[in-house]
Amino acid sequence: MNILDLFKKKNSGSIAKDRLKLLLVSDRASCSPEIMEAIKNDIINVISKYMEIDAEGLDIQITQTECEGSQGAVPALYANIPIRDIRKA
Amino acid sequence: MSEVIVVTSGKGGVGKTTTSANVGTGLAMLNKKVVLIDTDIGLRNLDVVMGLENRIVYNLVDVVEGNCRMKQALIKDKRYDNLFLLPSAQTRDKSAVSPEQMKKLTDELREEYDYIILDCPAGIEQGFKNAISGADRALIVTTPEVSAIRDADRIIGLLEANGIHKIDLIINRIRMDLVRRGDMMSNDDVIEILAVSLIGAVPDDENIVIASNQGEPLVGNSSAAGQAYMNIVRRVLGEEVPYLDLDSGSGFFSRLLKRMGLN
Repeated sequence: MNILDLFKKKNSGSIAKDRLKLLLVSDRASCSPEIMEAIKNDIINVISKYMEIDAEGLDIQITQTECEGSQGAVPALYANIPIRDIRKA
Repeated sequence: MSEVIVVTSGKGGVGKTTTSANVGTGLAMLNKKVVLIDTDIGLRNLDVVMGLENRIVYNLVDVVEGNCRMKQALIKDKRYDNLFLLPSAQTRDKSAVSPEQMKKLTDELREEYDYIILDCPAGIEQGFKNAISGADRALIVTTPEVSAIRDADRIIGLLEANGIHKIDLIINRIRMDLVRRGDMMSNDDVIEILAVSLIGAVPDDENIVIASNQGEPLVGNSSAAGQAYMNIVRRVLGEEVPYLDLDSGSGFFSRLLKRMGLN
């Protein structure tokens, strides 16, 4: 390990690499922004039946995850859904 | 057996035309009979990089439309008798030529030339489709940047969908000083992301600017880029050529730092 690496943890080259990896997963899955938006709206509708969520703060994206039984990473749909109130009024 | 090679990238300005000029010239230097075709109709560039802009009479569209014979449109290079350029038309647009016509044209050239190099326009529209229609293999040019690599990935997918599976990557304008301090993706990073075979990396070299100012490709000369391009040419011919140490050429101080593990 390089001595300088101890001081600066994340350099721009590895940021670029990480961004590209995510970008290409969604590019290759040919998931258009319109489809992502539709998925997002459907998720909001379904979850809202059961609890109050922060639709503005909801974030979904296609990323990679390790999966048992398959070689390497597989695409995964990641959703971060902030809950405002767990008990539906 | 002749080979039709398309030089493509998706993104503009990454060095397709410079690469086409240098690979074509390099193949001619190694005694292959070569024709370079500028397929960017409406935005003619390759003639200028080759320094042949004053010799154009007929162009690609003239040949396709039958206004002249192939021989009349081909321009012989200034330095090499076995190197020719088929310039593109400046006053027409992409729709002037169809993929079928391009395929017919490259097949006709196969009879007389060892290598037919197609300089592809940026983008994935008609011009790209024309350029790849007759190609046996592709050289993808990218720079170590997010936007260029993303476009290269798209292009690789489109090439494979069109039955072109012999695809090699050229990483252009790499700066080892930035790679070393972690501010540029390395060759290994780019290959890992694109999952395609590397055929060469060309350092960011001011001699490229000088060469294009003069209209003379620098392949084969003593500059770092000139050597990198000649190595690519040899690999295109199937030779095993070890990779250049792009790290060398740095001064005493950086070598000292490197030895101390600081650089």
